Amino acid sequence: MYLIALKMLFGDRGKYIAMIVGVTFAALIMTQQPAILVGLLSRTYSFIGDVSEPDIWVMDAGIQFVEENKPLRDVELGRVRGIEGVAWAIPLFKNMVATKLPDGNTRFVDMTGLDDATFVGAPSRILEGKLTDLRLADAILVSDEAAKTQLRVKTPDGDTRPLLTGDVIEINDKRAVVVGKIKTTRNFVLQPQVYTTYSRAVFYSPSTRKHLSYILVKAKEGESIDVLSKRIEDATGLAAYSRAAFEQQNLQYWMKSTGIPINFGISVALGFLVGAAIVGQTFFTFVNENAKHYAALKSMGVRNSVLAKMVVLQALVVGMIGYGIGVGITSLFGMKFHDSVLAFRMPPILLVFAGLGVLAIVTISALFAIRKVIKIDPAVVFRG
Amino acid sequence: MKAVICRNLIKNFSAGDDIINVIRGTDLEVAKGEFFMLVGPSGCGKTTLISIVAGILHYDSGVCEVLGKNYANMGNTEILDFRAKNIGFIFQSFHLIPTLTVTENVGIPLIINNMGWDDAMKKAREILVEVGLADKIDSFPNQLSGGQQQRVAIARALVHEPALLVCDEPTSSLDHHTGMKIMDTMKAMQKKLGTTLIVVSHDERIFNYADRIAHMDDGVIVKIETNNMEKSYEDTRTQS
Repeated sequence: MYLIALKMLFGDRGKYIAMIVGVTFAALIMTQQPAILVGLLSRTYSFIGDVSEPDIWVMDAGIQFVEENKPLRDVELGRVRGIEGVAWAIPLFKNMVATKLPDGNTRFVDMTGLDDATFVGAPSRILEGKLTDLRLADAILVSDEAAKTQLRVKTPDGDTRPLLTGDVIEINDKRAVVVGKIKTTRNFVLQPQVYTTYSRAVFYSPSTRKHLSYILVKAKEGESIDVLSKRIEDATGLAAYSRAAFEQQNLQYWMKSTGIPINFGISVALGFLVGAAIVGQTFFTFVNENAKHYAALKSMGVRNSVLAKMVVLQALVVGMIGYGIGVGITSLFGMKFHDSVLAFRMPPILLVFAGLGVLAIVTISALFAIRKVIKIDPAVVFRG
Repeated sequence: MKAVICRNLIKNFSAGDDIINVIRGTDLEVAKGEFFMLVGPSGCGKTTLISIVAGILHYDSGVCEVLGKNYANMGNTEILDFRAKNIGFIFQSFHLIPTLTVTENVGIPLIINNMGWDDAMKKAREILVEVGLADKIDSFPNQLSGGQQQRVAIARALVHEPALLVCDEPTSSLDHHTGMKIMDTMKAMQKKLGTTLIVVSHDERIFNYADRIAHMDDGVIVKIETNNMEKSYEDTRTQS
């Protein structure tokens, strides 16, 4: 009977396709939108991920997200270095600064100043030049992606070209030379990322009393990160977070202070509702139009339980095919826009959630249809 | 031997606050292998009566024994299984599933009775050949004429060799010539398989196919004709 159920389903091509489209739409929206949301939110802490060596980030207690600039006094670095359990502690500068490109155009860039001696916190992938080239006069490293897009330079013939290694730009009216390109993870604010040494970054930045953005701390071997973080906080009055905790802090800030999750949540809910409406309505119509055939099957001795299983099978097949196509389209979307300005990240748990959403849609649809099938009076077959 | 024995059968329907007495204590006996026809004006209860006989509809009181089984002593599942195995149906509107081929439609009763798909399709093709549709086995119902569809319905009703075949207006959707051909087919198959056949019909042109014709009016069988000889229903019962 299950083969008959499938043939009934596949044979009614119009409704079959409509139901597949409904589930596909729902699965697509329920995976693609959250994947973009996850991608966007992961960018809020991408910089923390790029700075991989330290165990603990020390900062002003008022900092809510990594791009927020609340500099510390330089003496704090020495205090942290003196705390028991700290293997090493180095300074990190991070701030937005104005640059003037070779063509005279100005851009704001996100400048990171690395410890002059160790370069701890530098991105791991250097595409052009060497990290040690930062020791050259006025040297900066530029994000390769930004050099090709936001930092493009106008040529005399009216065209544009990427910012190249060897180009000279100005940062706050001070000379800077591009000595190489780096691969960075895109951040949430999408500002071009520029790296230099800590001392040079301080030199480039506007004159202020305090410059130290973060203190990056490595714990001694065997030292508990949480215990050491608490010890640093107690000793300095600053905030000290493990990398994971700081990432979480960023995530929470952007989730709470922006309407992004709500907007995406609404999209997902709409996808679910529209998908459920299309599938439910079409499936019910499908069953309704086949009511006399179900009645004939009943009169021929098919039990309600078998008819219900036939309906469940039809709903599950529609669900699985639609889910597969929907997730497939989302995956293609993700592959197409991989490593582009569009944020996209699809962890396996998203597939589970979307699968549950699709299951809910087909379950609701099947329940209405089963109710209809069970209520069909087999005697209607004798009523013309 | 009797295929169907009904005694003082009563069936009421409720319509709002009103009770409609559709079957008013009628009796019915059909012999095994008999071609029995049930005729009467619209609304007289013919369809309700065969629905009860076929085990599709519960009755309120009386006795209804079909092929030696009393429905009153059977549960719903037992009736379903009994129906699947022993009763074939031919409907006025055919009720062929449009998305299945003719062969698949005919094989349904065998599938319901747990026959494997391949065996069911093989047997379905065999009976389709017998009803003269050898060249249509892979067609879909909407590719067939009304007469051909009804022959498919006959094949479907008989493929699992039921002891009782219940037909509701089998010729009402067909022209005269096609109707007669359908009746010829039904009669031939019925004789070959020894099936008991109960036919509900308005179509006087097919009355001569029946062994007996029961006239029903206002919820009861009022008289029975045998071979065109009119007898009272009581006479028929006494003889049997």
